[in-house]
Amino acid sequence: MKGFDREKLKVFFAGHTDEDLVSWPNEVKLMDQFGLTCSEADELIMTSGFLPARYQRNRQMITTEQQLKLLRSQVAVIGCGGLGGYVIEELARLGVGRLRVIDPDVFTEHNLNRQLFATMNNLGTSKVVAALKRVQQINPAVCVDPRQVAVGSDNGIDLLTGMDVVVDAIDNISGRLELAQLCSRLGISLVHGSIGGWFGQVGCIAPGQPTMQKLYPNPTADKGIETTFGTPSFTPAVVGSMQSAQVCKILLGQGWRLDEGILAVDLLQMQFDNMPM
Amino acid sequence: MIQVTVKLFASFRIGRFVREIREYPPATTVGDVVRDLKVPEAEVGILLLNFVHVNLQHQLADGDSLSIFPLVGGG
Repeated sequence: MKGFDREKLKVFFAGHTDEDLVSWPNEVKLMDQFGLTCSEADELIMTSGFLPARYQRNRQMITTEQQLKLLRSQVAVIGCGGLGGYVIEELARLGVGRLRVIDPDVFTEHNLNRQLFATMNNLGTSKVVAALKRVQQINPAVCVDPRQVAVGSDNGIDLLTGMDVVVDAIDNISGRLELAQLCSRLGISLVHGSIGGWFGQVGCIAPGQPTMQKLYPNPTADKGIETTFGTPSFTPAVVGSMQSAQVCKILLGQGWRLDEGILAVDLLQMQFDNMPM
Repeated sequence: MIQVTVKLFASFRIGRFVREIREYPPATTVGDVVRDLKVPEAEVGILLLNFVHVNLQHQLADGDSLSIFPLVGGG
């Protein structure tokens, strides 16, 4: 953090806060007056005992101290399609400060039925660039690092080192198995999610747990039931949101997590089953 | 004959059932049940027998509870 004239800062907060909240127009003034980025302004507001007003509805559930912890957290989201779109949107709104978003693909027409960032105007353009633009619009304090590549054994260590949590929002099985190995090697928790038709599954994989190998025992199969059923709009929203909640709880160290099993989601029968792993 | 509780998950429920108690001859394997239900083997993901992971070759006993999940791989 930069050195500040503490007296000037005290005067600023005295004149630009409502209770302990700093509104967006006042945060912009803070950024202008003190030469800060939005992320730095968020950090300064919270370390000074205030809260950026756009986080006020996170409160009671998330304390200011926890909000600051989220701002200082780094999460990699692998895959920016169906699941990844919702995860990125939700983590940005939650206030996770650094998101590395990774996907080699561009948007195509068949993405429009379910992928949050796919629009008529960005067909043919990069998914990670769309994610960056979206996050800048909803929470400029979040630093997005877009990488238009596939994660593999050649680049995985570079891409994932330093992450607090990695989110599996990939669309193929071989990629998931490779990602799980990389996360185990790096000692990073992996939040798995996958979907097909009315169905999905979500779980947290601690480093070293062979969950992914148990989920996908046949190494020659690269796709599952999604090839038969496709995926409608709501399944990635449900499963992606569950992944976001898991990420939040891992970062804040609270609540019950899907550490020892996988939650199987069936939106046709409306059944949710915990399977031990 | 042995009685086995079979639980199906996700798309395997469509046109079949969610949970059923079924009778099989002794020495029936998990793979026999999968074939009996006309579940394509290539689509089978996790197999849990009494909450423990097993493979298709595992032999069933009277009173066992078998859960069959498909591969779900979309993102």
